[in-house]
Amino acid sequence: MNNLSLLMDGFATILTWNHLLIMVIGVMLGMLVGVLPGLGAPNGVSLLLPLTFTMDPVSAIILLSCMYWGALFGGSTTSILFNIPGEPSSVATTFDGYPMARNGEATRALTLAFMSAGLGALAGVVMITLLASSVAQFGLKFSSPEYFAVYFLAFCSFIGMSSSAPSKTLVSMMLGLAFATVGMDSVSGGLRLTFGIPDLVKGISFLVAVMGLFGIAELMVTTEEGLSFNGIKSRIRVRDILRTMAELPRYWASLVRSILIGIWMGITPAGPTAASFMSHGIAKRFSRHPERFGKGEPNGIVSPEAADHSAGTSALLPMLALGVPGSATAAVMMGGLMIWGLTPGPMLFITRPDFVWGLIASMYLGNVVAVILVLATVPLYASILRVPFAIIGPVIVAVIFTGVYQVANSTFDFWLLLFFALLGYLFKKLDYPVAPLVLAMVLGHRAEEAFRQSMVMSDGSLTIFWSNSLVSTIMGLGVLMLVWPLFSRMLGLRGWRRRLQRQKPQASKPATPDSRP
Amino acid sequence: MYKRNPLSAHQLKPLALFFAALTVSGSALAWQPERPVEFVVTSGAGGGTDTFARTVQSIIGKHKLMDKSIIVSNKGGGSGAEGYVYSASSPDDPYKLTFGTNNEYLLPEVGEMPYAAADLQPVAAMAMDEFLIWVNGDADYTSAKDFIDAAKQNPGKMQFAGSQSKDTDQTLVSMIEEATGADFRYVPFNGGSQALVQLAGGHVDANVNNPNENLGQWQAGMVKPLCVFSPEQLPKGEPVYQGKGWGDIPTCQSQGIDISEYRMPRTVWLPAGAPEEAVTYYQELLKKVSETPEWKDYTTRTVQTSRFLTGDELQQYIDDNAKSVKKVFEQEGWNAS
Repeated sequence: MNNLSLLMDGFATILTWNHLLIMVIGVMLGMLVGVLPGLGAPNGVSLLLPLTFTMDPVSAIILLSCMYWGALFGGSTTSILFNIPGEPSSVATTFDGYPMARNGEATRALTLAFMSAGLGALAGVVMITLLASSVAQFGLKFSSPEYFAVYFLAFCSFIGMSSSAPSKTLVSMMLGLAFATVGMDSVSGGLRLTFGIPDLVKGISFLVAVMGLFGIAELMVTTEEGLSFNGIKSRIRVRDILRTMAELPRYWASLVRSILIGIWMGITPAGPTAASFMSHGIAKRFSRHPERFGKGEPNGIVSPEAADHSAGTSALLPMLALGVPGSATAAVMMGGLMIWGLTPGPMLFITRPDFVWGLIASMYLGNVVAVILVLATVPLYASILRVPFAIIGPVIVAVIFTGVYQVANSTFDFWLLLFFALLGYLFKKLDYPVAPLVLAMVLGHRAEEAFRQSMVMSDGSLTIFWSNSLVSTIMGLGVLMLVWPLFSRMLGLRGWRRRLQRQKPQASKPATPDSRP
Repeated sequence: MYKRNPLSAHQLKPLALFFAALTVSGSALAWQPERPVEFVVTSGAGGGTDTFARTVQSIIGKHKLMDKSIIVSNKGGGSGAEGYVYSASSPDDPYKLTFGTNNEYLLPEVGEMPYAAADLQPVAAMAMDEFLIWVNGDADYTSAKDFIDAAKQNPGKMQFAGSQSKDTDQTLVSMIEEATGADFRYVPFNGGSQALVQLAGGHVDANVNNPNENLGQWQAGMVKPLCVFSPEQLPKGEPVYQGKGWGDIPTCQSQGIDISEYRMPRTVWLPAGAPEEAVTYYQELLKKVSETPEWKDYTTRTVQTSRFLTGDELQQYIDDNAKSVKKVFEQEGWNAS
């Protein structure tokens, strides 16, 4: 209970008008940064960093972390409304969020996303408060073989569920892996697939690819279909928000499962993107109506959002408890810590409890502030869809191009954007799935790196992936996920599983941090 | 494979002279920035080079050493090559002040990079970062000698974690092998913080991180230093863990590893064609930065040696440093032919 009294001290530190104002400003700036594609949370936070040099560390970290929460929320908004993910981790939200908005239920989609995101974040903070040190120790158990196993599990839980032909899924995924290969290979130190183009040394930015594949390609299809969003007829009422909030408990199984996945991915640190993809895939797999996914299924919005935010929040735990960044944004904040004169590391809890517990307290308050602010903007955002497409279409194109330039100040990225837009359009026309390509682009590089590091460690022996109980369990789960559809069909297990699920909906949740023997 | 822009330094010199002439007959008017200066950081946000650049930025801001504002852009792709390529692509731009280490002249040695070391000119070196041998806090070794002896008994089995492939870390590990006859396995992770996590988790046997990268974890006893690659012991500071501080760490040479000095300079660069007046301007600016108490704070806290080098002195340092490292590259066969 010592932690709770320290937390109360933390609240005492931050409950001043000054800090509350900083919180609101941080969240609002973050929402703006999240909504603008290309800027993203890590960039936004580093843009704000110079402003904090003259502030005291507690105010500074509140401003930066609240900006982070705001950006996480803002990222989902554009995913749902325009099929443009503002952050890599909100790609999975587009799968069901955008179809729901197109069906005229933008308000419902946004409210579902924000509420489940808020719940996910709060669960992450509660975990940090209660279990900080023991959970951080669990994170230390992960080395390259375990990382590879986690990415393997993410791939396995996502593929095989695609509604397209398996060969098309394979083509899409292989293309994604090829794009992920471009740039410097960190294991050998050499350049790959750069074709002598200096701009390709840094690799292909995932954000550029996603804005082309999703954003511009979507606009091209919309233009072809007669220049209209179906959302135009939707009416926006505050009552809709309240009604959606009331339906939330129905998705508790997805929520609990996704939050656990998110916390696990946040601390290990595979990151929010892996978490959101994985939990969307798993939600679909264990759903009684997998055919509804991709067409506006509420569970398909709740799952990735809850996982994304619980992972985003938990990613701050390795930073606080171990002094290592759990995500790109956490890395920027750690840089800030050093400039403010603090040494990130386990001793921070002892040397500067006011800072650590002030930050944790601000995570509770900041997320509540963020949910309230973001819900208040739902009618505003949803009404954007009522603007005629002839006006909003060109605005989106302009915003996307600006965003792409923001990523690396490189005009070469414009050509990449157009390339990916054409590719996305072609994929849509020929009915190739885009999701496997995106998944392979995000995780392919890291999976390859982890695999090759493991190979260096084991002298080229694959047995390293079965060398201890932790890595074996994760690999086993991955294989299980991969063969499950085949298996269940063969043995006629579907009916049996359905009956089981009716009694115990959460029966088949995946490994949680404490399932380690 | 990469063709360098044929319009390189010697053709640009007339252009530079022309610009110099424009600034009203040479030294009558010193060069001053007329628009915001871009700090090109050749590491991701939060890395060692990033902290270096942002500390300089915060000091300039605090003491109002420059009228124009500063934009920091992180270009850490390709182990920092992204940033150098970016600056080299505007060959006479005095507004792209580029922050790095010795990787500016080492990267083109080991890989075919779309820039050459001579595409950028050195402005100043501001500090030297130290290297140490670190092992897990629970490891049995009490000295570097124990560690090397253990390695000799298990040739090829002991693992070093490092930041990147063929970088300063791997070079140092090769030098240790050369000096002691031990045989290690080197695993490149992505950056010093990952190399640290792997060591703290007991997945590898050692790393050669800089002091600042492991300070927080040494305080908690998760890792411990065995020896430091500097000619003398580090300055005595506050005790860090169990009464021991930086000054208590023996030099590696005294432990039988015959490498008297291995350090990494924190360097600042400009595109090769930038006017000389601009170089002088930044040298004076950075000199002022290095004389502030905040800079002293930064170097003390990160356990770096503050050492301000410019001009011939700097060039000499770079030449010596490049020569000694290249020798290792040749031995290991890493050279990009």
